[in-house]
Amino acid sequence: MPTTGTPTSLSQGSRTSGGIGESTLRPDGTLKVTGEFAYSSDMWHDDMLWGHTLRSTVAHAAIRSIDIAEALATPGVHAVLTYDDLPAPVKNYGLEIQDTPVLAHGKVRHHGEPVAVIAADHPETARRAAAKIRVDYAELPVVTDEASATAPGAPLVHEDRADHHSGHVPHPNIVHRQPIVRGDAAGAAARADVIVTGDYVFGMQDQAFLGPESGLAVPAEDGGVDLYVATQWLHSDLRQIAPVLGLPEEKVRMTLSGVGGAFGGREDLSMQIHGCLLALRTGKPVKMVYNRFESFFGHVHRHPARLHYEHGATRDGRITHMKCRIVLDGGAYASSSPAVVGNAASLSAGPYVIENVDIEALALYTNNPPCGAMRGFGAVQACFAYEAQMDRLAAALGLDPVEFRQLNAMEQGTLMPTGQRVDSPAPVAELLRRVKARPLPPEQQWLAAGEEADVRALPGGLSNTTHGEGVVRGVGYAVGIKNVGFSEGFDDYSTARVRLEVIAGEPVAVVHTAMAEVGQGGVTVHAQIARTELGVAQVTILPADTRVGSAGSTSASRQTYVTGGAIKHTCEAVRERVLELGRRKFGTYHPAWATAELLLEDGKVVTHGGEVLAGLADVLEDEAVDLELEWRHRPTEAFDLRTGQGNGHVQYSFAAHRAVVEVDTELGLVKVVELAVAQDVGKALNPLSVIGQIQGGTTQGLGVAVMEEIVVDPVTAKVRNPSFTDYLIPTILDTPTIPVDLLELADEHAPYGLRGAGEAPTLSSTPAILAAIRNATGLELNRTPVRPEHLTGTGTDSSGTGTGTGGRTAP
Amino acid sequence: MDFLRPASWEEALAAKAAHPTAVPIAGGTDVMVEINFDHRRPEYLLDLNRIGELSEWAVGEETVELGASVPYTRIMEDLRAELPGLALASHTVASPQIRNRGGVGGNLGTASPAGDAHPALLAAGAEVEVESVRGSRRIPIDDFYTGVKRNALAADELIKTVHIRKADGPQQFSKVGTRNAMVIALCAFGLALHPGTRTVRTGIGSAAPTPVRARVAEEFLNAALDEGGFWESGKVITPSVARQFAMLVSAACNPIDDVRGTAAYRRHAVDIMARRQLGWTWEQYRRGGHPLEGAA
Amino acid sequence: MRVTFTVNGREQVADDVWEGESLLYVLRERLGLPGSKNACEQGECGSCTVRLDGVPVCACLVAAGQAEGREVITVEGLADYARRRDSGVSDSGASDSGRSGSGERGAEHPGDGAGELSVIQQAFIDAGAVQCGFCTPGLLVAADEMLERNPSPSDADIREALSGNLCRCTGYEKILDAVRLAAARQEEAV
Repeated sequence: MPTTGTPTSLSQGSRTSGGIGESTLRPDGTLKVTGEFAYSSDMWHDDMLWGHTLRSTVAHAAIRSIDIAEALATPGVHAVLTYDDLPAPVKNYGLEIQDTPVLAHGKVRHHGEPVAVIAADHPETARRAAAKIRVDYAELPVVTDEASATAPGAPLVHEDRADHHSGHVPHPNIVHRQPIVRGDAAGAAARADVIVTGDYVFGMQDQAFLGPESGLAVPAEDGGVDLYVATQWLHSDLRQIAPVLGLPEEKVRMTLSGVGGAFGGREDLSMQIHGCLLALRTGKPVKMVYNRFESFFGHVHRHPARLHYEHGATRDGRITHMKCRIVLDGGAYASSSPAVVGNAASLSAGPYVIENVDIEALALYTNNPPCGAMRGFGAVQACFAYEAQMDRLAAALGLDPVEFRQLNAMEQGTLMPTGQRVDSPAPVAELLRRVKARPLPPEQQWLAAGEEADVRALPGGLSNTTHGEGVVRGVGYAVGIKNVGFSEGFDDYSTARVRLEVIAGEPVAVVHTAMAEVGQGGVTVHAQIARTELGVAQVTILPADTRVGSAGSTSASRQTYVTGGAIKHTCEAVRERVLELGRRKFGTYHPAWATAELLLEDGKVVTHGGEVLAGLADVLEDEAVDLELEWRHRPTEAFDLRTGQGNGHVQYSFAAHRAVVEVDTELGLVKVVELAVAQDVGKALNPLSVIGQIQGGTTQGLGVAVMEEIVVDPVTAKVRNPSFTDYLIPTILDTPTIPVDLLELADEHAPYGLRGAGEAPTLSSTPAILAAIRNATGLELNRTPVRPEHLTGTGTDSSGTGTGTGGRTAP
Repeated sequence: MDFLRPASWEEALAAKAAHPTAVPIAGGTDVMVEINFDHRRPEYLLDLNRIGELSEWAVGEETVELGASVPYTRIMEDLRAELPGLALASHTVASPQIRNRGGVGGNLGTASPAGDAHPALLAAGAEVEVESVRGSRRIPIDDFYTGVKRNALAADELIKTVHIRKADGPQQFSKVGTRNAMVIALCAFGLALHPGTRTVRTGIGSAAPTPVRARVAEEFLNAALDEGGFWESGKVITPSVARQFAMLVSAACNPIDDVRGTAAYRRHAVDIMARRQLGWTWEQYRRGGHPLEGAA
Repeated sequence: MRVTFTVNGREQVADDVWEGESLLYVLRERLGLPGSKNACEQGECGSCTVRLDGVPVCACLVAAGQAEGREVITVEGLADYARRRDSGVSDSGASDSGRSGSGERGAEHPGDGAGELSVIQQAFIDAGAVQCGFCTPGLLVAADEMLERNPSPSDADIREALSGNLCRCTGYEKILDAVRLAAARQEEAV
């Protein structure tokens, strides 16, 4: 086989029952620790070419001309493609709005937009050829924020919009706007004893997955293409790729390669179409691998946001009302901005009982980098702001911030601002109680090892900036609410094919879905579900591809719920077939076949009482039961475009954090000492995995609290830090211990009572850290990430990072 | 691109003379980033890895002769007593993997104001021995940095050895970054007490177009310590003196706003680091008067 | 140019190497050893950590030509390297660990293959330290080398030794657990 690195099945046996609730180990673990697990960038094919992308060097410009002649004449170059080479009438793609050109068409709208693609025999040949392409840009004025985007005469990022949001938005540079009105906020404000308002800024965060965007496109003899790629949703990719190639979907065969993290950043296409175009044009396999610089341009980021909040409360600590306005910067293309707007609006009140709300959320089109999905998806930005408001309200009332939150905490039965009733456990007050009850880490832990300060335990770490001077401890709390699954009436389903057969005398379940395993452990949990439902030890998980129906996206905390649900559902149907077979073969031998509720356990058909009726090997013999079924969660509704009312979400997920920080108040450096989490996961299908998810999500929240931000120049709209040298993510020395307290309160509507878990911890981590830093410093800190200049009153607006408010000069 | 692999120092000098545009590569931690990201396409790469003497050091009476390619890991582990400031600075360089490859020669060759070694070299006092086929010369560290990412090397010269004065008193080094490890300096500061000459020396990184000393601050402190009889008495330095020193160090900065931080923050942070380090080094001096190893 | 060096105990020759290629590129794209990962190619993530003459380095920052005549250990050879170290065999013996990288090993049984894995590799699986796994190869090489130098590391020692290896999935807690577990198992084995 000339292609190497194609994915293989993952087969795993289990000495224990290996079913749900156990911390079974990853079936891909051995491959991953030996270096044999094939990621999309590891693919290799005899005679393959290397694809390369030429990207715009300016943010907004008309393209007067593109001269590719010299590049094309470069020895070793096999193809250079521009917009003019696109083979089909469809030349745009997009998740919801097809507004993104496959290659720039007469105009570029953001820094780093793909303009041309090259295939060559070596990456360096391709790079040198790209440098010879001459693009004549006529620069256009940029819009970079709400004021410039909606100013009279502002340049339109997209002229002639005809998408389904264009009719209801107040300006063509607004992608989507969602108001939510419930109760009487103005009337309630008049009754409030205290009113707190605040303006908050959330910086642009990057998913910063480690595995670069990459893949291999192999042209096929039937004129189609086989594409191996790292993505979050194969079928969504397919729906966007095939029309641009001018191919029917069945001729674009997609297989999931190893995915080196995703976190939302692989929901949109990156190299998929480009790789296929080059492969089809050259007739050769084409591999594309972005480097880290390019990766910062090759995927969407988390929406930066400006949020204005007003809350009121009565003297006894009850929230009277909330008004908010959330402006998200969607950048140059829509991506998933509309859904992010829906989330930000519908979750903007947080996990609190607030009967009177006046909410508005919108996303802008600007010439900034496109923004879309990232873990937490609109709920993260809102949580940062409303949790700051909660602390300020509590302070204004003279109440303990945790008690104040508990007093107003939602519970099962509470109505959301959308009018939707929360119809499963919502243990908000209990989660807060648990993180608060935990003992605090010892003071001055940098002296734990002896008299000399261990700088590794101090703010600044190895940089040796303090031996304890200026260091002040702070403690902060936050809690958040996230929806699980796709919302607003989206037909959110998954498909599972399950085959049960006997191999070498032992029953084996084969599970085939298109679920993208991106590291979250779906393959582990899916095997556990099959074991539980079918009573087998051996499960084989087939590679995810488009030969099976869609699994939906690995996002929105949904795969354990939805694809897990599909596997459970299909296994149940397989079990019925097996029992049918058994009844036909053995029904006459034992009355229990006809009457009892039968189970599959340990490779046998057993009664509820545990009596063994037959072995699966005897029931199946050489027959295989093989079913492919779809499964969907309860339907949701769209939000009303004027009032925002509607049962838009299927499930909510809650986590609370307590952050303990030490701040060098003179230098403005922060050491997070501990981040305690409590989260309700409904049912921990795999405790080891779900704790890993919670710790990982918590750490991404830490990153955006104190270091992570893509800095875009406000004048040129160019990205200023597209590298891991200047876009910093937490190292192991920045990350504290993260004790996790799991609650398992079943949601009766969900498979096994589980609750989607991946995102909630990313929400409250950030505001808890901000609260702790405020607690240590007394500063207001209305923006995240907090940088040293914000803690020392040494910011400047010209840095493009903003200064927040409340800068205080250090003593 | 050609890859030149001299097997000896003489061959390296000959190669550099023949190809003055050749880019020396030792640890590769700067050069390879530029190549990987297509920022640079040198005509020649001149590999210095095969020249063993560049990775050796010798401790003499007055100085340490430090080969240009001695990895930072070795400096921080094996030269803590002789070069405490540089050992502390070495410990802050990037990551363990980078410290295993990179050496002072790379910092000097690149001459980025953000190089971690510079403040420690300036504070300790050093000479950079460079050589070409024309001969060898020693450049005082104070004259080495000539501009942003520019140094006093001629096109045919290579850095061979750095002669660093052995510590005769406490030395410190700190740098500020927005991460607790693996971070480029927002700004950095190094301080060395030289009880033998009753002087102090300083070094500032990332807060001016080149690494610089805060000479006015040094002169102020030298005078203040002298006049107050502090070297003899070992008494605690008057807070107003420490404050004035820190302020003068900060005044020696000429920083810019960039994506890593603001000029105002850099001035502020250098002030704080100078004040703290004066406290740490003076306390070490008072306790023993002998050079102490860094706390890290 | 041609580059000849030893990888995981076996001599390897790469021809037609462009002078600007890194050791990482040669390992991944020319020698069929893609276990060392290419997350940043600027020395900021540690995912390409290999041992060059025994010393952990970022393979992305070693020019291919600089590897000439030297010995490289990658994650693919880690288990074999650890086995030879533990049994006191010197490094000179060649061994067949240069795998094709085809990932065609099919059925894997965590736990069942324990004999093939080094202590640190098994500990990463058992502790749940692997999620997407992209950082894992570099972390394993770095952690194994640290345990070689420092068999009983404190948590602060572990954090410092691994501070050059970014992980985006785990929040590092389970990685710490894995290294602690490996240290404990190594001590038991002594």
